[in-house]
Amino acid sequence: MDEYSNRGGSSVSTTELGADEIILNMGPQHPSTHGVLRVKLKLDGERVAGTECIIGYLHRGVEKIAEHRTYQQFAPYVDRMDYVAAVSNGLGYCEAVEKLLLTEAPPRARVVRTILTELQRIASHLLWLGTHALDIGALTPVFYCFREREEILKIFEKYCGARLTTHAFRIGGLQYETYDGFEADVKRFCADFTHKIDEYETLLTLNRIWVSRTKGVGILTAEDAIALGVTGPVLRASGIKWDLRKAQPYAAYDKYDFEIPTREHGDTYDRYLVRMDEMRQSQRICMQAVEDIPVGAIMARIGKVLKPPPGEVYHSIEAPKGELGYYIVSDGTVQPYRVRVRPPSFINLQALDKMARGGLVADVVAIIGTIDIVLGEVDR
Amino acid sequence: MAEEVPEKDKPAAPLTEGGAAPSSAPGAATPKPDVPTAAVASPDAPKPVGEVEISAPAPAAPKPAAPAPKTAATAAAVAAKAAAPPPVAQQTVLDNELVRRMKSQFGGTIQEAWLDRKQAILVVAAPLLSEIARCCRDDEQFDMLVDLTAVDWPKREKRFDVILNLYSFAKNERLRLKTMVSEGESAPSVCSIWAAANWLEREVWDMFGIDFEGHPDLRRILLPDEWEGFPLRKDYDILKQDTAWVQANLGIESGQ
Amino acid sequence: MLETVKPYLWPVLFGVIVVAVLPLLAGYVVLLERKVMADMQARLGPMRVGPHGLLQPIADALKLLIKEDIVPLNADRVIFWLAPVLSVTTALVAYAAIPFGPGFQIADMNIGLLFILAVSSLGIYGIVLGGWSSNSNYSLMGAIRSVAQLVSYETAAGLALISALMMGSSLSLRALVMAQQNQGVWFIFCVPIAFFIYLVASIAETNRAPFDFPEAESELVAGYMTEYSGFRWSLYFLAEYANMIIVASVATTLFLGGWLRPLASVHLQIPGTRMEILDLIPPLFFLALAGYCVLRAPRQPVAVQKVFMLLVAGFCLLLAAALGWSLTSAEFLPAIHGAFWFLAKVFVYIYAFLWIRFTFPRYRFDQLMNLGWRILIPLALTNLVGVGVALVLHSARGWGLFPAFLLTTLATLAVAGFLVNEGDKRLKVVAVGANGE
Repeated sequence: MDEYSNRGGSSVSTTELGADEIILNMGPQHPSTHGVLRVKLKLDGERVAGTECIIGYLHRGVEKIAEHRTYQQFAPYVDRMDYVAAVSNGLGYCEAVEKLLLTEAPPRARVVRTILTELQRIASHLLWLGTHALDIGALTPVFYCFREREEILKIFEKYCGARLTTHAFRIGGLQYETYDGFEADVKRFCADFTHKIDEYETLLTLNRIWVSRTKGVGILTAEDAIALGVTGPVLRASGIKWDLRKAQPYAAYDKYDFEIPTREHGDTYDRYLVRMDEMRQSQRICMQAVEDIPVGAIMARIGKVLKPPPGEVYHSIEAPKGELGYYIVSDGTVQPYRVRVRPPSFINLQALDKMARGGLVADVVAIIGTIDIVLGEVDR
Repeated sequence: MAEEVPEKDKPAAPLTEGGAAPSSAPGAATPKPDVPTAAVASPDAPKPVGEVEISAPAPAAPKPAAPAPKTAATAAAVAAKAAAPPPVAQQTVLDNELVRRMKSQFGGTIQEAWLDRKQAILVVAAPLLSEIARCCRDDEQFDMLVDLTAVDWPKREKRFDVILNLYSFAKNERLRLKTMVSEGESAPSVCSIWAAANWLEREVWDMFGIDFEGHPDLRRILLPDEWEGFPLRKDYDILKQDTAWVQANLGIESGQ
Repeated sequence: MLETVKPYLWPVLFGVIVVAVLPLLAGYVVLLERKVMADMQARLGPMRVGPHGLLQPIADALKLLIKEDIVPLNADRVIFWLAPVLSVTTALVAYAAIPFGPGFQIADMNIGLLFILAVSSLGIYGIVLGGWSSNSNYSLMGAIRSVAQLVSYETAAGLALISALMMGSSLSLRALVMAQQNQGVWFIFCVPIAFFIYLVASIAETNRAPFDFPEAESELVAGYMTEYSGFRWSLYFLAEYANMIIVASVATTLFLGGWLRPLASVHLQIPGTRMEILDLIPPLFFLALAGYCVLRAPRQPVAVQKVFMLLVAGFCLLLAAALGWSLTSAEFLPAIHGAFWFLAKVFVYIYAFLWIRFTFPRYRFDQLMNLGWRILIPLALTNLVGVGVALVLHSARGWGLFPAFLLTTLATLAVAGFLVNEGDKRLKVVAVGANGE
């Protein structure tokens, strides 16, 4: 099996099969792959001997499109990459362009951005929890999670008119003022939310079946995680206490007090615990932020036609899935010369091979769920 | 994307808040390595225009009113003769401990070092990329490869920039390694240094056609295996592809 | 001529009723499941077809009947046809031995329990033949997994049932209920562990969550039912829910006192009459239900719902009347009230099934087999020994019933704790091994 070591899943072909090995195809259409992902599994009996991910079914050429749109025109496109957490994508892009323009959003805008982004993080993790639990067979949490997510999407809809692909932020700040009752809505949601997370934890965290399905499954060591460039909850569950919101703060995160949940084993159970804790911490940030939103302008004075000085910038944020980075090269015109999106799901998915190899076939679905990928981001 | 011609020396208003440095050289792109020590000495090194020439028909994106694109030869000639453009405040030369250590170890292969918007960039020679990367990982503690990508400057002799974004957990620092390769030239693969590079290099191959030497399995990742052409290159003509596909598969003339 | 036929008239009538009513009943158990699932998931469930979705099973049955009859290429047509028929037939035949009331049984066999177990085991053929005749690799794999699971848990279930058998000293289901009546205690209070083992084993027997791995994911394809559609599939489905009702009935009969009223040996008579106070519970229950429906009717948003609630109230009143009337007639009292209590207990057992399905995630196949062979079977054996010891203590040594059983239950619980602990330790080793490769 040497040729498969450390390759991030090289091609699995029939010519290299051993005597007892078969190839099993988890086709692009499958209820548990969270999108159009094709995984070819090389099986040795019940154990996975190698995996190969075939992606690109959702490739839409977003980076090429960026070269033919102005900076503001490109902003709605970024929502469609990680469509589950659109607000985060928008935040990363707007902040990257603001860096390129050597400007900054005003304080009020930064705080509102923080609140919306943390709400989006909760929504993204809720969707992850519901679908992951559903894959493992728990039929009920998905409905509870979507009930909570509905509340957040209502807040987004009231704020900017859209629930999913929100385009909530603009380059330089915000377009819309917060609506009347925004603070009240957020406070009400956050007040309720702690009990709700406790509900989900009651259903799953100490449940013997859940624990036996997730403990020891899909282990990723810290070394492997760093070598594979894995970021986000997956990295934190493997033991590395690192969060871009603390290491290289952006928006208004340096003002708030929150923790970085970390675990050591790097298995599916730990990733579950990390994300549950992250939801709690996000709620904590929202509560702090909404108490004290500064008054003032919501948009920096940058004019309508944006022509950043030539140069390049790489700016990344801690998206719910990991480190979402934007590398933008400007040549001084109104359209970016190159926009490169560093997609956390794409890079985290590479770790699937490491996590699934040696385990049982039945666990592959759980492992794909635990990495938390969105194909829109993997393929762009 | 049309460029403003350098000889007109029109300032491209940066529209920054609080009015920073006067406008940069219009349409300036990243400096080329063939302007050596001058770049290190003064930030006023002429930065030739990296023009973008899009083959007809031009895309329908709205563009600011601009003159017709000039050919590369004219522009280069003009750039070489152009007076030193005003300094670009967000790009400053970098000469810190790290750069000095790297230069003392690798000498002239570390071609340039500067800060763009306070982000450190090192331009290195392509053949030594993997040694330099290994040194970054092992000695300088840049243990994570955050991103590996490329940019196409078709007017340049070495048209591709291969860019590695690195991050050090211990120092909480980022570093960007850049190297230039020309078409057909292959860049060394860093797969053996960071396993993350596997899919990232495959994507660069898929989108740009840059070959990575030493990569265990270099094939297309996002596009179907039988795709022809490299989409993120600037001379990739979508309309031509579309017409060809429609002709081949539907047997009619495309209406575009 | 009439003399020879007469003994068979009642059983045949009962048989016809069972075969006619049971599919309908199974269909309504499906609706019940969907409604309970919806309730636990904070939603409403089927609401469109008929008031509150009550005609949903009819709609589903009609839809399945008119679907295209697809047989896979190169499938063995005869066996493909036979397999679901086998499943359903065995499920329906097992009803022959189940007592709904004192005289209310199709066939009071002296080997009733053995008959039910044997016939249910035959149902497994339906699964494996279905999987094999589908001519699909994955169907076969799914079927074999299913069968392996069923066979493993059959053993544990059987061993658990033997405990009740030992208490009742008979295989006849009727005699077992009478034993519970005579001893004045439901067997669940004597052998709770056996009941629990049977509960778990019966969930696995019917392929329900958390033991539905072969059906649900099955390594990325569906199980033995993949190639079946339309009416054939509905037969499998029917067989599954009929099986559920059977295991619920068996558990009710053996552990929960069958048709006995709770506190059957307590005779608190209403002064001045020969009726017992506790016998008033069934009619009062339906009266209360009718009253509730009448109270809620005005609050319904739509006229149709109001009418529906009133109809339900009327139906409950009818049932209350029937139950109340039977109080006066000593001949029908045991039968009708017996049926009420029996069905109530079966309903509670099935509700437990549904509740468990929507609460727990599912076990992976190897974990499921592990549970069956390494935990349940040793535990059932231990329990058996414990019950034997308790009975000896009680009958030969004069111990009281409860102290004897308390002692052995505690001992068996200790063994259970030990087994589970060992299992956890083994899991840790396996997990480390798998990922240390």
